[in-house]
Amino acid sequence: MSKFKKKKGGDLPPVNTASLPDIVFMLLFFFMVVTVLRNNELMIRNELPKANEVEKLKKDRSVFIFAGEPSRQYQAKFGTEGKIQIGDKFTDVSSLQFALTEAREKLRPELQDRVVVALKVDKETNTGLVTDIKEELRDLNMVKIIYIAAPGSELDN
Amino acid sequence: MARRATPEVNAGSMADIAFLLLIFFLVTTTIEKDKGIARQLPPKQDENVPPPPLKQKNIFIVSVNQNDQLLVEEELMELKDLKQAAIDFLDNGGAPSGSPEYCKHCKGKSDPSSSDNPDKAVISVQNDRLTSYRMYIAVQNELVGAYNQLRNRESVRLFGPDFVYTDVKNAINEGKYQGNVDAAEEKLKQVQALFPLKLSEAEPKKRGE
Repeated sequence: MSKFKKKKGGDLPPVNTASLPDIVFMLLFFFMVVTVLRNNELMIRNELPKANEVEKLKKDRSVFIFAGEPSRQYQAKFGTEGKIQIGDKFTDVSSLQFALTEAREKLRPELQDRVVVALKVDKETNTGLVTDIKEELRDLNMVKIIYIAAPGSELDN
Repeated sequence: MARRATPEVNAGSMADIAFLLLIFFLVTTTIEKDKGIARQLPPKQDENVPPPPLKQKNIFIVSVNQNDQLLVEEELMELKDLKQAAIDFLDNGGAPSGSPEYCKHCKGKSDPSSSDNPDKAVISVQNDRLTSYRMYIAVQNELVGAYNQLRNRESVRLFGPDFVYTDVKNAINEGKYQGNVDAAEEKLKQVQALFPLKLSEAEPKKRGE
């Protein structure tokens, strides 16, 4: 009886934390590798519409076009009409071709012919603006586009 | 020899430093989730060339007005019914059996007043310039969904229950497909040919027209 009691009363051995730094480092490296620091600040509101019949975007051959109404701190300057942003500046529909050609030249040369234009457009934008962008894209012969969408379905709400 | 042993560096705070960095990267990371509806724009058309003639029954007209309301084949429709309506139209197979346009794989009602076969059937979407982009994507999503559902059905019929068109296509895109990718792509093409994606977009109407 006394034997049994003695065992139970023994001190709990401290948890060995020697491998904690290793685990933390492992996590750290994982996040360091997957992190992409944003290099173009968004100057527009960019809430994507929802869709579920989606395909994955191949990032190495894509050019991004953002569109939507300017975010609050830019509204005094640029108004609330839908605007197009490429890189980190606003672009007009008329100068879109130039901006796109410039953006395409930043891609790897062997992928420039297979460029995919990714449209990230705010869901409250008018379709007319998107139509204008598409007309310009057809003029440039960049006909592969992808409408970036958030996962989900518009039918749910 | 007066060589003193170098004192061991105290590594006790290593974990703290690593945690600090870890939390920084945790906070700044946004795992990019870029997925979307891929589409090929039609090439620029010569304006002098008239468009090829299409029979009225082979066109499925979807129009959206500036209040985001749907008009499908002259009837007001809810978004949730659009997919089924599009499937019924594409899968109709209205051409009589024996004619060269007869559709063998169609399972629809064979209504002679609807589309002849999926190859002839064209879905035309007309937007107002003031339609919201949310609605535009929702409509496109439903229509692509209709095509995908029909293609899934055909791929399962032709190549067995493990070959679901959308699953295989996504697996190939992500490089996760187990097995012969070229053969699978060939099969996908066959399925695509049964229900070719024919979505046309009409020039949008001007404000309030």
